[in-house]
Amino acid sequence: MSKEPVAVVGVGQTKHVAARHDVSIAGLVREAAQRALEDAGLGWSDIDAVVIGKAPDFFEGVMMPELYLADALGAVGKPMLRVHTAGSVGGSTALVASNLVAARVHQTVLTLAFEKQSESNAMWGLSLPIPFTQPLLAGAGGFFAPHVRAYMRRTGAPDTVGSLVAYKDRRNALKNPYAHLHEHDITLEKVQASPMLWDPIRYSETCPSSDGACAMILTDRAGAARSPRPPAWVHGGAMRSEPTLFAGKDFVSPQAGKDCAADVYRQAKIADPRREIDAVEMYVPFSWYEPMWLENLGFAAEGEGWKLTEAGVTELDGDLPVNPSGGVLSTNPIGASGMIRFAEAALQVRGLAGEHQVDGARKALGHAYGGGSQFFAMWLVGAEPPTG
Amino acid sequence: MAPTPAARDVAIVAFAQSDHRRRTDELSEVELLMPVLHQVLDATGLKTSDIGFTCSGSSDYLAGRAFSFTMALDGVGAWPPISESHVEMDGAWALYEAWVKILTGEADTALVYGYGKSSPGEVRDVLTRQLDPYYVAPLWPDSVALAALQAQALIDAGETDEPALAAVAARSRDAASANSHAQVRGSRPQGDYVVHPLRTGDCPPIGDGAAAVILAAGDRARELCARPAWIRGMDHRIEAHGLGVRDLTDSPSTRLAGERAGAFELPVDTAELHAPFTSQEIVLRKALRLGDDVAVNPSGGALAANPVMAAGLVRLGEAAARIHRGESDRALAHATSGPCLQQNLVAVLEGES
Repeated sequence: MSKEPVAVVGVGQTKHVAARHDVSIAGLVREAAQRALEDAGLGWSDIDAVVIGKAPDFFEGVMMPELYLADALGAVGKPMLRVHTAGSVGGSTALVASNLVAARVHQTVLTLAFEKQSESNAMWGLSLPIPFTQPLLAGAGGFFAPHVRAYMRRTGAPDTVGSLVAYKDRRNALKNPYAHLHEHDITLEKVQASPMLWDPIRYSETCPSSDGACAMILTDRAGAARSPRPPAWVHGGAMRSEPTLFAGKDFVSPQAGKDCAADVYRQAKIADPRREIDAVEMYVPFSWYEPMWLENLGFAAEGEGWKLTEAGVTELDGDLPVNPSGGVLSTNPIGASGMIRFAEAALQVRGLAGEHQVDGARKALGHAYGGGSQFFAMWLVGAEPPTG
Repeated sequence: MAPTPAARDVAIVAFAQSDHRRRTDELSEVELLMPVLHQVLDATGLKTSDIGFTCSGSSDYLAGRAFSFTMALDGVGAWPPISESHVEMDGAWALYEAWVKILTGEADTALVYGYGKSSPGEVRDVLTRQLDPYYVAPLWPDSVALAALQAQALIDAGETDEPALAAVAARSRDAASANSHAQVRGSRPQGDYVVHPLRTGDCPPIGDGAAAVILAAGDRARELCARPAWIRGMDHRIEAHGLGVRDLTDSPSTRLAGERAGAFELPVDTAELHAPFTSQEIVLRKALRLGDDVAVNPSGGALAANPVMAAGLVRLGEAAARIHRGESDRALAHATSGPCLQQNLVAVLEGES
């Protein structure tokens, strides 16, 4: 029996900010869920199941918070699943929800991911104590900076590329009302002059720490037919994992990322991603990850990714817009960041991305990664239903 | 409501678990897990690279570190890269996610595992952190105290009494005499009150453990196992979090999950219930309409070994293993999460005659 096609008919986000002092965790997630329901023209009783994701529970200091959030998300009497796959979790959560529809277990599923990082300090939450790790790393930047340096050495990329990514993403964010950072006076010179945080990553080339939630309503063909607004159709989705550390691991371009993309392209019948995909929302927490993922995802040959960035190809009006929403560099409620990528990809092909809409986008890729560049989740969505 | 129709026949074809122990100071979580993974793979002759999907359940709070599940991947041997996911829930829900994955047709086999070490911390304190963070968690009401509220509500409602609870404890631990993996084997005195009306004997042992199962679809299952435990239905439901809005003497979420899983269509001969406290078995028996003719927790249940985050998966595995051995033809397996049975999963497993 073939899979049921899955449609995204509702997307909802909170306005992402550094600290939402005005709402509880329950209030935060309900706001996003309510907006997704409104977008889909549905009510709470139309939802068959809830799939929620977030990054480590230590970020809010609540163990398995989905138990407490069951009421706020209208899940009482329904199935509720909680996914946790590190930074990729927002994407993985959407894929788990999508499978419930694809397998015809449920017809309409609410999926949501959130982080309320103001409840704690994520950088130190990610800095594991001895004996789990050596006391040399401070936060995710400390882990990833050496791999950025390895990329620069391997490809000969000029050290100006990182700031170009940050400058682009922060300008894109000005067109996205939900983005956390709205730096109206941003200039390339300001990015280049910002303090060096984890060499070669400057302060303005790092993601912020945000409070926010993102929700989507996924449904089957019958549900999509009732949708008041255009749906986005899931053409392919996959997860891949590899260990954190092992001899021969390529941190610059992990095999799990390549395999995950290949699986998604196979499902979606994409032969040439560079030509066939109209917009990409990829997980770029530090500027240099844009050129690195361009290569890992097959948009550029090895060693060539930085040239696309430098040539302006990934700009909003470029040939392959990357992170038209402003990306993780402008908004980072960690557990939600992957789902925001997936949701923004859906908004693009639904034609509902507003000021940051890519003209005529028909196919878009949502990408998330996590852990030590080891967990990958991706989906490809299209404006038309999948064929065959 | 009609039970969920399953698009494919999927079975549990192998089950393995650790010896559950009070402390495993000398073992990391991955060291606790690895032998179990090897056992379950050896039972089917499969290698990691043969597995279509891998899914696990564990808790960062129990481990005391963020992303604790990443280490467990070393035990799996995720190279070349694997299709893999993780739930911050008992491994029973990882099994549910894997079952759905197989139903989509994207995988024909799945490796599922769950593990937890309660020994490094004070699990009664740790579990308070899963309560409403604004109104309840600041009061630190612990898991035994909340279970005691439920037990007292049952006694007040005339649903049970202390001798009946003691009988549940004695029966479970007697049954565990035949279970070499159990932590508490053989009957023991009920002991003093821990939190009135629950005595030591009414409470689960605290300990460390891991479990793993392999799922397979259709003919693949028949190749891998002489008598697969077919999943005829599986469903899970959650209730309100606030204890004040729930009737603690009943479990409507278990009943609904049971209905959706098809538990009431035909009688079962065996039920593995995830009831960490004796009083919770009373609630679950009522919700699932289990008569005295059903063998409840022949493994000894969670009263004999309760490795948090694995104990629910162990119930599914024990029920399946009875079918594998020909000791059951139709078994019910149940898993729970949250305070006072807030969230419940029910699966119905069958063997072919």
